[in-house]
Amino acid sequence: MIRSRWTSVPAVHLVLLLAALYSLLPLVWLATSATKSLGEFSTTSPFELGQWHLGANLAALFAQEGGIFLVWVGNSAFYAGGGAVLGALICAACGYAIAKTRFPGRRLLFALTLAGVLVPTTALALPLYLLASQLRVVDTALAVFLPLLTNPFGVYLARVYAEAAVPDEVLEAARVDGAGELRTFFAVALPMMRPGVVTVLLFQFVGIWNNFFLPLVLLTDPELFPLSLGLFQWSTRQSQFPQYTPLVVTGSLLAVLPLVVAFLVLRRQWRAGLAAGSAR
Amino acid sequence: MSVPVPRGPAVATPPAARVPRRRERGVAGLLLAGPFALLLAGTVLAPVLYALYLSLFTERLAGLGFDGPRQVFTAMGNYAAVLGDRAFHDSLGNVALFALVHIPVMLGAALLLALLLDSAVVRLRQLWSLAVFLPHVVPVVIGGLVWAYLYSPGIGPLAAVLPFDPLSDVGVLPSVVNMATWQWTGYNMVIFYTALQAVPREVVEAARADGAGPVRVALSVKVPMVRPTAFVALVFTVIGSLQLFTEPLVLRGFTGSVTSTWTPSLYVYEAAFIAGDHGRAAAASVLLAVVCAALSALVMRLSARRSG
Repeated sequence: MIRSRWTSVPAVHLVLLLAALYSLLPLVWLATSATKSLGEFSTTSPFELGQWHLGANLAALFAQEGGIFLVWVGNSAFYAGGGAVLGALICAACGYAIAKTRFPGRRLLFALTLAGVLVPTTALALPLYLLASQLRVVDTALAVFLPLLTNPFGVYLARVYAEAAVPDEVLEAARVDGAGELRTFFAVALPMMRPGVVTVLLFQFVGIWNNFFLPLVLLTDPELFPLSLGLFQWSTRQSQFPQYTPLVVTGSLLAVLPLVVAFLVLRRQWRAGLAAGSAR
Repeated sequence: MSVPVPRGPAVATPPAARVPRRRERGVAGLLLAGPFALLLAGTVLAPVLYALYLSLFTERLAGLGFDGPRQVFTAMGNYAAVLGDRAFHDSLGNVALFALVHIPVMLGAALLLALLLDSAVVRLRQLWSLAVFLPHVVPVVIGGLVWAYLYSPGIGPLAAVLPFDPLSDVGVLPSVVNMATWQWTGYNMVIFYTALQAVPREVVEAARADGAGPVRVALSVKVPMVRPTAFVALVFTVIGSLQLFTEPLVLRGFTGSVTSTWTPSLYVYEAAFIAGDHGRAAAASVLLAVVCAALSALVMRLSARRSG
């Protein structure tokens, strides 16, 4: 077999290397820039480390506006962590109920869930804001938490997992043993669906951590901001106040790190979720 | 104002079942599905209906305006206003241009990289796919900020290296394309790579035995077999492009070249929260949602036909 020049081993790896550099260099830049003072952005080369200003940058970041950055970290952790755990459980229960129980309105609920997957956030933001202001919950954590909790695609995935991983015979056996229906779900079905539920949880965590539009629309009180919204707001000030630049850069690095770590640790669940996503 | 909140299935009681077990199962189903049904009704269905309602009304000042604005029914008036608005046309033009460049470049690169990962000669497969996927786990706002800094003269290196100014009027489009391409290439590469893994090895071996080189195998055997996956990825990318919002919004803090109505989503945001014209904003968001839903329905229909 004759191999052309373009499919030779070095050529293939050169292309992959270029793609990897394109993907990683902006993040490397973020890491090296977090070590620089404002002045060093123009005096040092882009990928060179600064005079090790990271400590000073971190101190400034945590001190800015009475330590609001840590409040944002806490908010993001609360929205994403709480939303992912609670949301995955709600999705699992609903997916299981649609797949394995019979209740009136089951088909309608599933059809509406599929329709819900299609609705873009852009179309929801304004009516959610107006509804929240009528209910007087604008600028509360609840107003942003409940919409983020709603994950129609998670229900769709959970239904697929429940159908695939929970055999009817096992449920029958549990019932014969006298377990109630709710107990059967929590003690028998949920553990069997665990890999799928972890995937839903992971995707919902990242989805909420990354969500920007809803908090932007529903929140004005900085005390309630998630990280991405807080950093965005600082970034809009830097044309007038350049001292915000090192703060936003250092804060961005801290916002990316937990996701990179979560991704590297939970690679397998990612892949399972992506495979499911590609089949939808 | 009364908002028609659609009731989930939680209201109906199950028909009297002869076996009490069966009724218990129905009740358990309702209890398990209930929380999500309520969330769906309250945070998706009610807002959608409310947006439809809002899009049919406009606010007018009555008399001398001392009574404050009044809601007036306009039927299709808001839709006509949006469809006749120059700024809305421009925003559609911008996302069309964006999609025209972004989609072939990003999906082409993703497919090429997936084929390379799938080729027999490649080493360190895991490492490459991890590296290229990593941008996808970066929040869009943060990715946008990082690129915006890289474009900024005096902070990032790109303004000095590139032959054009990435933050100028003509430069922002390629800049936004690059931000989105950086974020989505790895994601689609993994999707394509997963699909390539499902190509039967015997088919590839048979083509090789017939003397086909690696390029020929890739183009004539592998690519046709991942076409359904590529089609789904294409439609989702088109929908994502239509909703382009965060990247241009972030860039607005760095350059005046991105207008407040640069994309349809920014147009909705501007109409709703800056101009305060709720009817026009609702009409624009309904139009946007209808186009996205139509595209999704199309892809579902086509993929169902293929598997059915």
